[in-house]
Amino acid sequence: MKISRDDVNRIAKLARLSLGDAEADAMTKQLDAILEYVVQLQTLDTNGVEPTAQVGDRATPMREDVPAPSLTQEEALCNAPKSAGGGFVVPKTVDVGN
Amino acid sequence: MGVQDFEPVIGLEVHAQLKTATKLFCSCRNTFGEAPNTHTCPICLGHPGVLPVLNRRAVELAVKLGLALGATIRAKSVFARKNYFYPDLPKGYQISQFDLPVCEGGRIPVGDRAFGLTRIHMEEDAGKLLHEGPGVTAGTSAVDFNRSSVPLVEIVGEPELRSAADAKAYLEALHRIVVYLDVCDGNMEEGSFRCDANVSVRPKGQEKFGTRIELKNLNSFHNVEKAIEYEIERQVAEIEGGGKITQETRNWNADKKQSFAMRSKEEAHDYRYFPDPDLIPLQIPLELVERVRASLPELPTAKVERYKRELGLSQYDADVLASDAAKARYYEAVLAKGADAKQAANWVSGDLFALMKDGTPIADVKVTPDALATLIARIATGAISGKQAKDVLAELYANGGNPDAIIAAKGMVQISDSAVLGKIVDEVIAANPAQVAKYQGGDQRILGFFIGQCMKASGGKANPKLLDEIVRSKLG
Amino acid sequence: MAVVDLTALSLTDLVAKVKAKEVSAAEVAAAYLARVRALDASIGAYLLVDGEGATAAAKAIDARIAKGEDCGPLAGAPIALKDIFTTAGVKTTCGSKILAGYVPPYDATVVKKLRAAGAVILGKTNMDEFAMGSSTENSAFMPTKNPWDLTRTPGGSSGGSAAAVAADLCAAATGTDTGGSIRQPASVSGVVGMKPTYGRVSRYGMIAFASSLDQGGPLAKTVRDAARLLESMSGHDPLDSTSADRPVPKLEDAATKGVKGLKVGVPKEYFGKGLDPEVESVVRGAIDSLRSAGATISEVSLKHTEYAVATYYIVATAEASSNLARYDGVRYGARVEAGNLTEMYAKTRDAGFGAEVKRRILLGTYVLSAGYYDAYYRKAMQARTLIRRAYESVLADHDVILGPVSPTPAFRLGEKTADPLAMYLSDIYTIAVNLAGLPGISVPAGFSTSGLPIGAQIVGRAWDEETVLRAAGAIEAAAGIASRKPVLNGAA
Repeated sequence: MKISRDDVNRIAKLARLSLGDAEADAMTKQLDAILEYVVQLQTLDTNGVEPTAQVGDRATPMREDVPAPSLTQEEALCNAPKSAGGGFVVPKTVDVGN
Repeated sequence: MGVQDFEPVIGLEVHAQLKTATKLFCSCRNTFGEAPNTHTCPICLGHPGVLPVLNRRAVELAVKLGLALGATIRAKSVFARKNYFYPDLPKGYQISQFDLPVCEGGRIPVGDRAFGLTRIHMEEDAGKLLHEGPGVTAGTSAVDFNRSSVPLVEIVGEPELRSAADAKAYLEALHRIVVYLDVCDGNMEEGSFRCDANVSVRPKGQEKFGTRIELKNLNSFHNVEKAIEYEIERQVAEIEGGGKITQETRNWNADKKQSFAMRSKEEAHDYRYFPDPDLIPLQIPLELVERVRASLPELPTAKVERYKRELGLSQYDADVLASDAAKARYYEAVLAKGADAKQAANWVSGDLFALMKDGTPIADVKVTPDALATLIARIATGAISGKQAKDVLAELYANGGNPDAIIAAKGMVQISDSAVLGKIVDEVIAANPAQVAKYQGGDQRILGFFIGQCMKASGGKANPKLLDEIVRSKLG
Repeated sequence: MAVVDLTALSLTDLVAKVKAKEVSAAEVAAAYLARVRALDASIGAYLLVDGEGATAAAKAIDARIAKGEDCGPLAGAPIALKDIFTTAGVKTTCGSKILAGYVPPYDATVVKKLRAAGAVILGKTNMDEFAMGSSTENSAFMPTKNPWDLTRTPGGSSGGSAAAVAADLCAAATGTDTGGSIRQPASVSGVVGMKPTYGRVSRYGMIAFASSLDQGGPLAKTVRDAARLLESMSGHDPLDSTSADRPVPKLEDAATKGVKGLKVGVPKEYFGKGLDPEVESVVRGAIDSLRSAGATISEVSLKHTEYAVATYYIVATAEASSNLARYDGVRYGARVEAGNLTEMYAKTRDAGFGAEVKRRILLGTYVLSAGYYDAYYRKAMQARTLIRRAYESVLADHDVILGPVSPTPAFRLGEKTADPLAMYLSDIYTIAVNLAGLPGISVPAGFSTSGLPIGAQIVGRAWDEETVLRAAGAIEAAAGIASRKPVLNGAA
């Protein structure tokens, strides 16, 4: 077994996904099958091979430090599920020092 | 046992906002204090489909800071995604640097010591969570993304600091440097210069580091020192009481003068860093590095040493003049006009700065370096007295102009003619026989009375040194 | 001119008629909109039809043409956009409930370019949620049916676009391809679909699935149409740091340039177990037609083919898990309220994402997580280098590689939904091309005995879209099926 139900619970927390029990069980089975398949990659000899992250080795695109118009406050908030006083409203975070 | 049996080990992480016109990955203005969400765009709001494009000026400023601190500039560095969820982080990840930061090594000179740096890397700032204000009801917070994607450099110090005082000095030195270089405006209240501290203790003589905690919310030099002192004591007390230090993040509460563990989620952060596939590796051309290197000013510490060594200034005077790039520039301009270094130091840091207590920045002062140099030269030749010069300076400060014109207009030529002064002294002596008798009877203090009277009679124009000589010789 | 005639025309023919003032852009738009109204209920290609916007854009084109202006290479052509491209002021869902109601404040660069080229945007097409899928069954809203057989899928993730082109519900469409999502639906829906070299088409405004693999491209009725649409979509974009600073070559004439002397490599690894014999037969027919047209065919070995799917599902899911973290209910899209933040995130994402998206986010999070990064992600990035080199090695001696697109013709709705891994394995022929960043096209090459379309795939060197189009044009000419259309009830 490549991935356990506990692993899935831990990963789901990291990814901010809440899975119901049945869903988590099904997901565990499916992910396990996929990881079993994917592990065959270990048989490929990659000794000394450079990882490809992106097509590198060309001049890095950079922009000049010149301001361009921003959205208005209204435009910025227009898709907000909840906004007030010019800000995006969210429930309080659990994490407060003291 | 007690605090003295333990050695504190401290390393500081400083986040400094770069003084660019626009954000790191979009062209919104880099501002502070504006109405919420008035400087945002789809990119810094993390809308679906947006992509980052790097700000060249931010790279230049990061390189400038690295060079000034003696760090190695990596020819190739990589932007990586730091993945975590928080409302002020619009993409659910921060674009930062992990494995290959733009600068490595370096040191912060503090007085005649230096503390090592691990690295400097670039990253984008997050938005701001507002816990109070319009629209914030109980149980909610509001998010303002004006600050989202403002460019930051994170300056990571080696854990070489051994006291809270050292930490404060390190921070002050770094602060002075970033402001001096015009890389950051160093405004701790506004959050453009932020400090976290990693603090641990170990019994003296032990090589292994103790468990360290991270201290946050250190928003002034004073608080940095106090918070670290408190933390050292807390850790020592905990260990001596048989307890263990848990690795955690603690928040400094300046009102209560205590730190508190942040009730974070149980899992340690797994940021799952990986190279950002939306950005190709940052290749910094040698040309850029050399261009920035050529533009580096002499740093404050080097300047102070040079002022002491070459110009003979005292530590105090050198510190005062070198601490501010604009003030140093002014002073050096006065010197360039031929003024004596010590005289110029006195006039600039003494008289001029005293006048500037009205809040005028040196860039706006109406006394040009040229005028001040001329003024100093007039004193040196005896054309006017020091006291007269102060009046001229006040006039220059208020209205600008040139000192010679003011001297002429006020008829301020100093009297250095012995015959003229002799005549004045004779008149004063003749008018004050009682005081003459007192002096000749042995009362040396009366000399001051005569000098004062003669000076008054001369309309304040007598050359003091010459007057003094003549009075003494005539009184016998 | 009869309504049905306009919608049966190729894009290039249509634009020629509009420019020649034989027909107005408004008439063309009206014809297509009428056909959509009549037929799309049974196909489900469109998530959103913007009749008003299309009509207004068409009228504007007509006004400019009346003044003698050149309105561009797509003048008056009604184009459908996969709902992954942001359209300013027009709802964009990416096939997901989590973006329900989201109205982008900006146009994708591709959309800007198409408008500037004179295109008339008809609407947004259906897709697998966040481009994750091979059948469009993962759309949060509805499945799309294959116009050739309404019990079957049109492929995915650009299934809506493929179906729209196949059923003449647009003159051409845009799609995106991360592991085959343009080529595979094109193949099973009987249209031309091309993925350009990575970096050819701007990704700004193209909602990200896997950033280092995603590319936008055309789905069209003919190779020439696809070439013209690709030209209009391509070009360096300063808003996309991964966009190539290269001039866009003239591509249209490539379709008829022929293949004399072209060296074609056919990987032996492609013709093994799992390939439907009817697909094999059609693809071998394409090989024969290239040979007859003057190309030289040789068998080659494409190393590491067997590692492509595994590599892809590590790299793509890792990037996706990060790209989809922004869907948290804070700034846009759907939100499920809760008492605290963590719950809000979890409930919002749980309700907003479908099962396949969740699966891939979990997989991607896992392969990046502490302790697994080196074994999975780093290893996959190394495998990717080897796969790229394998292609470069074959393409050093050959101009193009030819092979199947999909192991089977269109499968039935519901056939593969129970086994995600089986679905992933059907991407075997297309996936490696994205890992290597090369251009690839699917061109209709024949039909199965039951009348289902089968496409052949041509893959070329980086930046050599022209040669790829040449080979595709030759296959198209030889196959002679470009005018064969699906029979759809309800059409006039």
